[in-house]
Amino acid sequence: MSDIKDIIKDENLVYKKTKVLTDNVMHYCPGCSHGVVHKLVAEVIEEMGIQEKTIGISPVGCSVLAYNYLDIDWQEAAHGRAPALATAVNRLHPEKYVFTYQGDGDLASIGTAEIMHACNRGENIVVIFINNAIYGMTGGQMAPTTLEGMKTATSPYGRDIKLNGHPLIITELIAQLPGTSYVTRQAVHTPAAVRKCKKAIRKAFENIGQKKGTSFVEVVSTCNSGWKLSPVKSNEWMVENMFPVYKPGDLKDE
Amino acid sequence: MSKKREFISGDEAVAIGVKLSRPHVIAAYPITPQTITVERLSEMVERGELNAEYMHVESEHSAISAAMGASAVGARTFTASSSQGLLYMTEGLHYASGGRFPVVMMNANRSVALPWSIYGDQRDSLSLLDSGWIQVYVEDAQEALDMMIQAFRIAEHPDVLTPMMVNLDGFILTHTYEIVEIPEQSQVDAFLPPFQTPNKMCFNNPKNMGFSSQPNDNTEFKYQQNLAVLNAVKVLEQADTDFATMFGRKYNGMVDEYQSADAEVLLVTLGSVTGTVRDVVDEMRAEGHKVGVIKIRYMRPFPEEQLQSLTAKAKAIGVLEKDISFGYEGTVYTNVNSALAKVGNTVPKLNFVGGLGGRDISKADIRNMFLKLQRVAAGEAYKTVDFFNLNVETNE
Repeated sequence: MSDIKDIIKDENLVYKKTKVLTDNVMHYCPGCSHGVVHKLVAEVIEEMGIQEKTIGISPVGCSVLAYNYLDIDWQEAAHGRAPALATAVNRLHPEKYVFTYQGDGDLASIGTAEIMHACNRGENIVVIFINNAIYGMTGGQMAPTTLEGMKTATSPYGRDIKLNGHPLIITELIAQLPGTSYVTRQAVHTPAAVRKCKKAIRKAFENIGQKKGTSFVEVVSTCNSGWKLSPVKSNEWMVENMFPVYKPGDLKDE
Repeated sequence: MSKKREFISGDEAVAIGVKLSRPHVIAAYPITPQTITVERLSEMVERGELNAEYMHVESEHSAISAAMGASAVGARTFTASSSQGLLYMTEGLHYASGGRFPVVMMNANRSVALPWSIYGDQRDSLSLLDSGWIQVYVEDAQEALDMMIQAFRIAEHPDVLTPMMVNLDGFILTHTYEIVEIPEQSQVDAFLPPFQTPNKMCFNNPKNMGFSSQPNDNTEFKYQQNLAVLNAVKVLEQADTDFATMFGRKYNGMVDEYQSADAEVLLVTLGSVTGTVRDVVDEMRAEGHKVGVIKIRYMRPFPEEQLQSLTAKAKAIGVLEKDISFGYEGTVYTNVNSALAKVGNTVPKLNFVGGLGGRDISKADIRNMFLKLQRVAAGEAYKTVDFFNLNVETNE
């Protein structure tokens, strides 16, 4: 048996946590997609060497505390208003890498106006959009993105299309806007998906350097607490139910 | 007949009070710590226990707009919010009061960003005293349930026709559990008749429900709105009396008091902290201190006359509030001080500001306030605004 000290050597290192992620213990529920997406954003920032040039605009929702985990500059926005703040920060610091990190309650409900207009203006920013089809932080209420028939705290017998309308497929709408250059839908439920998602986030941030306008990365995500499923079951449920409505893949890449 | 009692949270008590009031429409957007109320109501609607339309809207701004639209077709309408959500409604709050739509709202009192905080204080609703809504603050879950029923009756009264906001302290009341007596539906129906209003769209009597006004008539609209809120005084006092006759619980209308008659020093309070103050009053009375408390229930209309008479004998008065109007003093203090100045009450009046962003107000804090008031009454110099329990050193 070799001693652990003999194993801990630089040449044996196969994985290291990016220094852009802090050592704070995340408040997210086990199995939540936020932790993985935070890590991917942090890794991309480190690999591109832009830690000192990146400014995050945080939403209202579970990821309101993202500033505890990503060691970059942050600005908090009122619920739904992150794209408006990002616009201003980016206009005054056009050489910086400005991104918003928003959930579906924030981006696809209360903040629909701001995201549409920021994308239509083609603001040179990245939007990371976490879509778990539910209001996670307030305890799992029906969101505009909630699927037909899906049970939530405010639709205990399932979403009724007649009463509550259709799930809002906002990313397809965003892709229609001429201000956007790259619009993609990803997920982080398998190692392959995680790698693919990271490439998408990297491309989005690289687009800022090339002044390509708005890059929009939706990550179809799980909310196992809100969905009342285990993390494993949540991933299965997502593939089975979310993917047919929110189809993974690139919608636009110009 | 034995009375029905349930062990429920303040949020659930509100939901039951609303259900018993038979609203036609509920339009709300989730926000902590209000959310449980609208979850319970959506369950009642989906289970078929409550024959109402539950509207899932995309924001609070849409919630208040939808509520106004529902009221404008003659529907009894409820909405609920808190903090940032309430502030996001602000434009619509003025629309609803100016349009004389008697929407009833539950507001879970919560701190306002920045810094972002989900915890309680009263800065959200107190910053909206001028929005034209009747504002009541409750002390416990039973009062929260009962006031939902009273609120519809007060707001919908033809002399009032003004929206009403029922405020309960976030978490302290919304998320704690109490044994609450559930009124009988038949009694609630007798107390609260169906909503009738001349101020609605009607095919037999077509009218335009929104309008512009010019300088030659705007003041008259605002004069009538002011009169309507003043009219609410008699209406809410009658509602309180009738409610007591029907259900056996009396809240004493505009203000409540405890041991104030012979008190040398008085604390004026708002909301759930009053319960703790009552306990401290008991303890200090047992030690021989003549202390008492006056609980403001309604901030609009404001209990001017009641405060003037109840404080007449006190030698020093403290106003305890979870609020500050930056650069001046607490809003409750300003209102109380104005009322007492009109009758030439010049005893020392202190403003105890604290409990912001959810910080606990303890019995020891309250005892210190009473002791300070006693020293001030005896001639000690004082500063008007006292941020108690401050965790930083100041040079003041």
